[in-house]
Amino acid sequence: MSTKISIQHVGKVFGEGRRQVEALQDVSLDIADNEFVAFVGASGCGKSTLLRIIGGLEYHTAGDVFVDGQPIAGPGADRAMVFQHYSLYPWLTVMENIKFSRRLKHGRESITEADVEAASGRADALLALMGLTAAAGAWPNQLSGGMQQRVAIARALMGRPQILLMDEPFGALDAQTREVMHDLILHVHKLEKPTLAFVTHDVEEAIYLAHRVVLMAPRPGRIDTIYTVPLPERREQDMKHAPEFLALKKTLLERIRETSGMKTDHDMLDQLNLNTRST
Amino acid sequence: MWAIRGPLSRRQTWLFAALGLLTPLALWWMVSSGSAVDKVFLPGPVDVFNRLVSWFAEDDLMDDVWISVYRVGMGFLLSAVIALPLALLIGTFRPVQAMLEPLTDFIRYMPAVAFIPLVMLWVGIEESSKIAIIFIGTFFQMVLMMAEDIRRVPMAQIEAAQTMGADKGETLNLVIFQAAKPALLDTLRVTMGWAWTYLVVAELVAANSGLGYSILKAQRFLQTDKIFVGIILIGLIGLVMDQLFRLAHRKAFPWLYLR
Repeated sequence: MSTKISIQHVGKVFGEGRRQVEALQDVSLDIADNEFVAFVGASGCGKSTLLRIIGGLEYHTAGDVFVDGQPIAGPGADRAMVFQHYSLYPWLTVMENIKFSRRLKHGRESITEADVEAASGRADALLALMGLTAAAGAWPNQLSGGMQQRVAIARALMGRPQILLMDEPFGALDAQTREVMHDLILHVHKLEKPTLAFVTHDVEEAIYLAHRVVLMAPRPGRIDTIYTVPLPERREQDMKHAPEFLALKKTLLERIRETSGMKTDHDMLDQLNLNTRST
Repeated sequence: MWAIRGPLSRRQTWLFAALGLLTPLALWWMVSSGSAVDKVFLPGPVDVFNRLVSWFAEDDLMDDVWISVYRVGMGFLLSAVIALPLALLIGTFRPVQAMLEPLTDFIRYMPAVAFIPLVMLWVGIEESSKIAIIFIGTFFQMVLMMAEDIRRVPMAQIEAAQTMGADKGETLNLVIFQAAKPALLDTLRVTMGWAWTYLVVAELVAANSGLGYSILKAQRFLQTDKIFVGIILIGLIGLVMDQLFRLAHRKAFPWLYLR
């Protein structure tokens, strides 16, 4: 498989002078075409920053990032992003939100009647894929959190991006809705074949969805270990109880705890006790 | 009903609103109808109403109202037309914010009343000078509030557009401005109220008509009842405008009023 995204010795420093914070240090990673990669790690490990750098929403201060061999220069329609929330346009209906990219010049260039028809066909298809057909005329405020995220995903897919970047997209949803969304996003990945980079704090979610799980560590943000998920290509909810799934989950959770400076829950409690005693 | 943040039925709401409005009126009427207070200091509701009728019938009340509405309207419109694009730039581009915000912050604390001599010197004593005072009183507040409205547009909405391929102009036009519209209209409503309160100040400048001017003149002739009429009218017109803005808000942004 060919390399889609190539991250080479990327560093990122926020702020200036004495308030400088090193968010990323010497991060290198190749993501293959059509691969599904999940990023996990303790807070402050820079996983969201890395995703935003790939999306062109943040600039790295060291190293290079290439997409299809080209260095990235700002955000672009080839790399759509799905955010945790507040990204839908509340003044537009569901259908208008999904078709938003058609209002942009770049989407209208050299457009033919056939294109317009294909576009509305695609919007309808995405609505159906996301189970939103009945809600096409509704405003986002009228939908549940899960439905809103489906709209956000459909909108991101509308322009046929080659890369889909998802920043904790299901972080605000309840557990049941999240499971449904997991199977939906796997279906989308199989159907649309984007390269998918997915940031989450939910280890189980990462294992269930991804080909590879990248574990990052904080202070400074860096890649700690990369795990290949030992599950078949086609995922099913039952696999969450498989021994290899549970083993990887345990490994990941322990490693996250270690990299965040705390080995076990006992360490954390001890730390708390120390703090309370000293004050 | 008296539970903390308890519910209140529609009928009860109206009842309490009526109570809140009628009690002061009744008190006013009681105090003024006794012999304890001289009518020169506190005319009764009946005197005030009579004055309203005679002002309307014998004097030119409607002319005064219209000229005042015109002055406030023009001053307000002028400041809105200039404030909006400036606020869009301040709220969107950091360099513009760094350049203009401290200055605006500084000027807005200067008292508008104190500008009267300058305005007379620079603008003259024509109609435009009254409009200028209302402009000075509202513009600087308006810019800062509108810039804040623009800044409150969620970053995710902006970034979503950028990753769909929107350029700067499209992001400003199709996302930032659209997203801020409801808040901007609310800011217009609030600042319209302030523009009204500057009316009396504006009509200190060589005016010979208008509600504010009438109040000032009535004071000179100890026509306390006319002062009352003027103040109440300014309040009422302000209230009506406020309600019109609220109505427009509901009509223009139905997705905010779904429940």
